[in-house]
Amino acid sequence: MSVLVYTQNWDGRFKKSSFELVSYGSKVAEMLNTSLVCLSVGAVSDEELKKLGNWGGKRIIRVDNDYCKVLDNQVYTDIIAQIALKEDARVVIMSDNSEGKAVAPRLSVRLKAGMASGVSKLPLSVNPFTLYKRTYSGNAFAHMVVNTDIKIITLSQNSFDLVETPNNAVIETSNITVDGSLVRTVVKESQKQTGKLLLTDAEIVVSGGRGMKSADNWGPLVELAGALGAATACSRPVSDEGWRSHEEHTGQTGKVIAPNLYIAVGISGATQHLAGVSSSKYIVAVNTDKDAPIFEVAQYGIVGDALKVLPKLVEAVKELKK
Amino acid sequence: MKILVCISNVPDTTTKVKFVDSDTKLDTTGIQWVINPWDELSLTRALELKDDPSAGVKSVTVAHVGLPASEPTIRKALAIGADDAFRVNAAPADSYFVAAQLAAVIRKEQYDVILCGIESSDYNGSMTGGMVAEFLGIPSVSAVSDIKIENGSPLLTREIDGGREIVTVPMPFVAIVQKGIAKEPRIASMRGIMTSRTKPVRLYEPEAEEPLTGIKVYEKPSPRAACKFIDPENAGQLITLLQNEAKII
Repeated sequence: MSVLVYTQNWDGRFKKSSFELVSYGSKVAEMLNTSLVCLSVGAVSDEELKKLGNWGGKRIIRVDNDYCKVLDNQVYTDIIAQIALKEDARVVIMSDNSEGKAVAPRLSVRLKAGMASGVSKLPLSVNPFTLYKRTYSGNAFAHMVVNTDIKIITLSQNSFDLVETPNNAVIETSNITVDGSLVRTVVKESQKQTGKLLLTDAEIVVSGGRGMKSADNWGPLVELAGALGAATACSRPVSDEGWRSHEEHTGQTGKVIAPNLYIAVGISGATQHLAGVSSSKYIVAVNTDKDAPIFEVAQYGIVGDALKVLPKLVEAVKELKK
Repeated sequence: MKILVCISNVPDTTTKVKFVDSDTKLDTTGIQWVINPWDELSLTRALELKDDPSAGVKSVTVAHVGLPASEPTIRKALAIGADDAFRVNAAPADSYFVAAQLAAVIRKEQYDVILCGIESSDYNGSMTGGMVAEFLGIPSVSAVSDIKIENGSPLLTREIDGGREIVTVPMPFVAIVQKGIAKEPRIASMRGIMTSRTKPVRLYEPEAEEPLTGIKVYEKPSPRAACKFIDPENAGQLITLLQNEAKII
């Protein structure tokens, strides 16, 4: 018996969210009185794999072959399913990110394992196995019972605190065979920015809305984000107008994020926007309208013009960093 | 080429959700039901492809698993422009159940391109599309923000961390689509509404399948502390509070 955590890598490196998963998996294994196994697919160095040991990873299985160079959902499903069966996994945990969303549902069917996605807490109980998951776009949470022998969880990013439990991880290289005929996804073209802080990874996000008034006014907002080590985001009207790129749109149909701090500047806080940010630990709002719904979810607020307030915030952060 | 668009009906996205029966069920009183936003966008893209003769799309069909009460949602999709539809007559118990039902009909009717929205705004599962593909043993591409058909083969843009890839897969396949797939959802014309009444909706009885999960109870997010207001003239004070009080920067 085991709990299996799939730790995605980005060009051979792990991120904080990988360690979150391992910390989470380690606790779930404890709850079930069993042990944790981490699975890494692709080319990752021993040194990098060993890092998983800091967060409770004891056994690490590496699968690396020619078929896993490109994300083909069927190939990845096959690899994870084979390891899950071999390790007699009771719970398989993945991140609720784009790769997790692409692969976990297939795995659910393959293993006939009930799945809960967007989980943000440890299981509420192990018998029956009950998970706390996001529903109605953050307007409610459900206690979802999973009835099958194997359970699949996708964990929301930044929803679980890292727990440092250093131990010397043992790395095994698995010799499973992958059916090469499953590879059917061919990448024709790839555009990737490296080194940019991703919105979904950022612990602080500074976001602008219609109150920014035009595409030309974003200098101080970007400066504030830079000074705070934050990522930038925007509301839907802003990306629809083309003031900022669509990748920055946070909200129901855009990105759903849960940073530690979300600073909403000139955003009124429509239901659809809040659906994307309501799980943020702290929300700060700057808006001219004191009755704007954003202030109902904010812990700190400034009623004022975004363009006048931003330079003052930039100055204060710079002062602080001195 | 035949395109299938799977649709779910969900409460209008501005609904303030409430629960009844000791918080085990959604209070449906006064709820306006709409096509799930991502499904509506994928329907729009499917119709755009059909309008383009070079794409070679013969038909756009809408698929839905639900009870007769969700018939208006299907009619709405037909009014927007889908050619026909099928409905599996069962309450959508969970994603696994819904995907199993869809896959069973797809096996009979055969489609080349199957579009599913990346999530539904009610259960936020992000599961049905991938599950349908696995039931059928066909490729799936997730987080798709554009679909083109060139010389009879699909070119899919998928969003990845920090960028995008253009990929191709053999047909049939499932594309799990997200924001960007179409600009604005297409709206039904008067003529569309008239003709939708006579478009065929095939009815299937469900296959014997058990859901793998169930929702025991719902809870509302815990209320947040009241907002502390800072004088805009002294806005820098906010940064001090974030550092010393919230200890977040």
